[in-house]
Amino acid sequence: MRAYLIFALKRLLQLAVVVFAGVSAAFVVAHFSPISPIETIIGRVAGQSSFSPTAVESLRQTLTELFGYDQPLTQQYLNFWSRFVRGDLGPSLIAFPTPAMELVMRALPWTVGLLTVAIIMAWLLGNILGGLAGYYQNNRPLKAFGIVAIGIQPIPYYIIAFLLVIIFGYLWPVLPISGGFAMAVRPAWSFDFIFSVLHHAILPALSLVLAGIGTWFLGMRALVSNIVTEDYVTYAELGGVNRGTIVMGYVTRNALIPQLTALAMALGGIFSGTIITEQVFSYPGLGTLLIRAVNGGDTGLVLAVSCVSVIAVASAIFIIDLLHPLLDPRVKVG
Amino acid sequence: MLTTFRDLFRYNIEFRIGVVLVSLIVIFSCLSFFSPYVPEQIYTVIPDQPPSLEHWFGTNSRGQDLFWNLTFAFRNTLVFGLIVAVLSRIISIVVGMTAGYLSGWVDRGLMFVNDIFVALPIFPILILFYFVLRNDLDTYTLALIMACLGWPFDARLIRSVGLGLRHREFTRQAIFAGMSPAKIMFEEHLPYVMPIIFSTAMANMIWSIGFEVTLGVLGFTNLNVPTIGTTLYWANNHSAMVVGTWWWVIIPVILIILTFIGLFLLAVSMNEHIDPRSRLRRMGGGNG
Repeated sequence: MRAYLIFALKRLLQLAVVVFAGVSAAFVVAHFSPISPIETIIGRVAGQSSFSPTAVESLRQTLTELFGYDQPLTQQYLNFWSRFVRGDLGPSLIAFPTPAMELVMRALPWTVGLLTVAIIMAWLLGNILGGLAGYYQNNRPLKAFGIVAIGIQPIPYYIIAFLLVIIFGYLWPVLPISGGFAMAVRPAWSFDFIFSVLHHAILPALSLVLAGIGTWFLGMRALVSNIVTEDYVTYAELGGVNRGTIVMGYVTRNALIPQLTALAMALGGIFSGTIITEQVFSYPGLGTLLIRAVNGGDTGLVLAVSCVSVIAVASAIFIIDLLHPLLDPRVKVG
Repeated sequence: MLTTFRDLFRYNIEFRIGVVLVSLIVIFSCLSFFSPYVPEQIYTVIPDQPPSLEHWFGTNSRGQDLFWNLTFAFRNTLVFGLIVAVLSRIISIVVGMTAGYLSGWVDRGLMFVNDIFVALPIFPILILFYFVLRNDLDTYTLALIMACLGWPFDARLIRSVGLGLRHREFTRQAIFAGMSPAKIMFEEHLPYVMPIIFSTAMANMIWSIGFEVTLGVLGFTNLNVPTIGTTLYWANNHSAMVVGTWWWVIIPVILIILTFIGLFLLAVSMNEHIDPRSRLRRMGGGNG
């Protein structure tokens, strides 16, 4: 138990460093952006009516003080952190004056929901099928699935989502291809709303599952086809243990641990894929928000989305890593 | 090295298909050197013509011949992928072999940095870079950024091989013979790492091209340079599927999928070849 605590503390330190480095890098990059949020606001205000140059100048001064750009860089950086800890990243520009953080928090549940469902489905399905394919190496349907998996696995998220939009948008329009729920439905805990949400989530989730399942299938098949040559498997077979028990209980279970590590390592990539997929399906999550923020020149919002993404992914990896020694008694912690 | 390829070609059907697909795409992209059109020029041919004998892949709504335009697009995209692959290979070799051979605190430090990079969600970061650099984000800058983000997985893999080599007899021999660590790493150990470098290079190209296509389609890149991403961007921009110029979307998508499958098959078959157990099973024929 003591060793586990030390391990957890070490990982926590690492998490802190990742978050610190990621958020600091985001601050630095955004600071050197040629797009000044002040000029964007002035442009927007001045576009609506004409102002005298002195009025514009005083507006600029007020905004500079408001954003704290008149202070030295180190002070700005410290201010940024103190506000960041309190969850305040300034107002967004595309939905002024809604705080950027509020927009992010509104989008986050959609992304987390979609991502979690898609990962669990892809991971479980891919590993179960991969385990079976590794054990029953001459099974025809599983062999065929292997060929399909090799064909789908390398296709990037965007192309898969794009193909689904073409198929279900133009060729066979039976499923909704954009939005998180139907326009006519009011967001509430009603049957209609939940049905609409699920209905709209089918294609984005399918797209993510298709993009992810091949990796797990192929990885699991390769792992299992090495494990089946182990002595203990032969012994179990000779001992007349039920085949199903051997596949699921003895073989696949042993191979799940490296697959869990692989999941932790792939999480950043899957997250990137999710926000790309969201953008294709105009799903109301972080991805769509990020693209809108970039197109609207909204520095605060881009910064908020990037920081929250870094923290979310790093925390998820942290949680998976903490589970690891609990699931595998062989892992030496400490 | 040559015998490896010969063996792979003889025993591995995936490798054969991969070689054929990738060669076809490379030949296709090399045709761009003979193109009668300048890729940046628009309205040089009649727009919106379906595929015909004169225009094999049809023409797009911007008045470009799609066949020749795509040769440029594939050349640019492949060159981009190659640059990222080479640069990130260099980083991962240096980091991986140093961490594996020197071990100790160097290893711990490098792997700590490595874990940070693994945990970063890359897409928001690329968007952030586009947000800052805007039109300065050309193919080469993007390649450099991608290379700086694309090394950690492979560095870890190379490190694990390096750790194993460190305790082998010949390494001790080399140390006693007075070879410097750098020399041992790059003259003695590098050949053992080479197969991994080749197979991960293919996987890395798939990864980087995937992001290039995504950024291009979203319009977050220089739109005048034909790449697969910008081709699809313009097709979307002109609502190609709605207007009915389906060839503008379908042909590039099919070609890019073939490229990905080709590269992936090469990576997978080389990976399998590295593992002697699975290699023997295949070469032994009829795995019993």
